[in-house]
Amino acid sequence: MPLSEEQLERFSRHIILKDVGVEGQEKILRGKVLIVGAGGLGAPAALYLAAAGVGTIGIVDGDVVDRTNLQRQVIHFTPDIGKAKVISAQEKILQINPGVAVQIHQERLFAHNILDIIRRYDFVIDGTDNFPAKFLINDACVLARKAFSHGGILRFDGQTMTYVPGSACYRCVFLQPPPKDAVPTCAQAGVLGAVAGMLGTIQAAEALKYLIGKGRLLTDRLLIFHALTMEFRTVRFQRNPACPVCGAHPTITGLQDYEQGTCDLRKPR
Amino acid sequence: MQIKVNGAPQEIETGLSVTGLLVRNKVEQPDMVSVQLNGEFVQRDRFAATAFQEGDEVDFLYFMGGGR
Ligand SMILES: [Zn+2]
Repeated sequence: MPLSEEQLERFSRHIILKDVGVEGQEKILRGKVLIVGAGGLGAPAALYLAAAGVGTIGIVDGDVVDRTNLQRQVIHFTPDIGKAKVISAQEKILQINPGVAVQIHQERLFAHNILDIIRRYDFVIDGTDNFPAKFLINDACVLARKAFSHGGILRFDGQTMTYVPGSACYRCVFLQPPPKDAVPTCAQAGVLGAVAGMLGTIQAAEALKYLIGKGRLLTDRLLIFHALTMEFRTVRFQRNPACPVCGAHPTITGLQDYEQGTCDLRKPR
Repeated sequence: MQIKVNGAPQEIETGLSVTGLLVRNKVEQPDMVSVQLNGEFVQRDRFAATAFQEGDEVDFLYFMGGGR
């Protein structure tokens, strides 16, 4: 279907880009992106993907908005405290761009439901806050041959990589989840809100690049930045033959749930 | 002898192992870091036995679990 007058106007700054054009914008409009976690990373990613015109945006989150979220989860506003994050996110997405089909998944991902959800999408953004979820998303995407963006933030630091079938996966770098409670979490260690925004928008840009099929994705590389010095570094790597899910002799051929050490320490209610 | 650690030159003594380099760089939780040497991951059980050569490039990659 050709772009409407309204769409030509709304997306004109994309369309004039040589690497996007009408064709690229049409790909974005047909694109389906799943955002796992409507939090620090998922919030900015969702806002930019909605504004960009991604046709279908799925949001997975089982939580409700609380006051501590507002310092960085910019899709949720003060009056949203107590509201389900998926509903809050859906409302803002539709205000930015009523043309988006928002699919809400008010639940957490587990080994038993993740494959059925991710198969409906072209690209997955990992905006989760804990290692069991990050490893589950990696394994499910590798097994289902689904492209995804990994993201992690802590204090003033962020790191991200993109996986497409055939490239190195998250487990190639980090073979297995760290011992529970060994890594400080955002709730324990804090995070600069703007760092979440920096990383979430990088993930959104990767999703858009994937949809339009232009440029070079952040595959086989980990982008690491430290916002206190504002230094960015890229570490290259290759698929790890010892990787338990995509290596030469994979030991992970199905999905499993890891013990859930929750990152987001909430105040007792 | 000189190697590169996370992109920055570092002067080390001959025979230093990956384990020694982690201590030297005050990496408090070695379980929390993946180590890449000249583009290949060093298996954790090889940290103690792997020594560096002049000009080696080492990267420490840390787990980062936040997102919310
Ligand atoms: Zn792998």
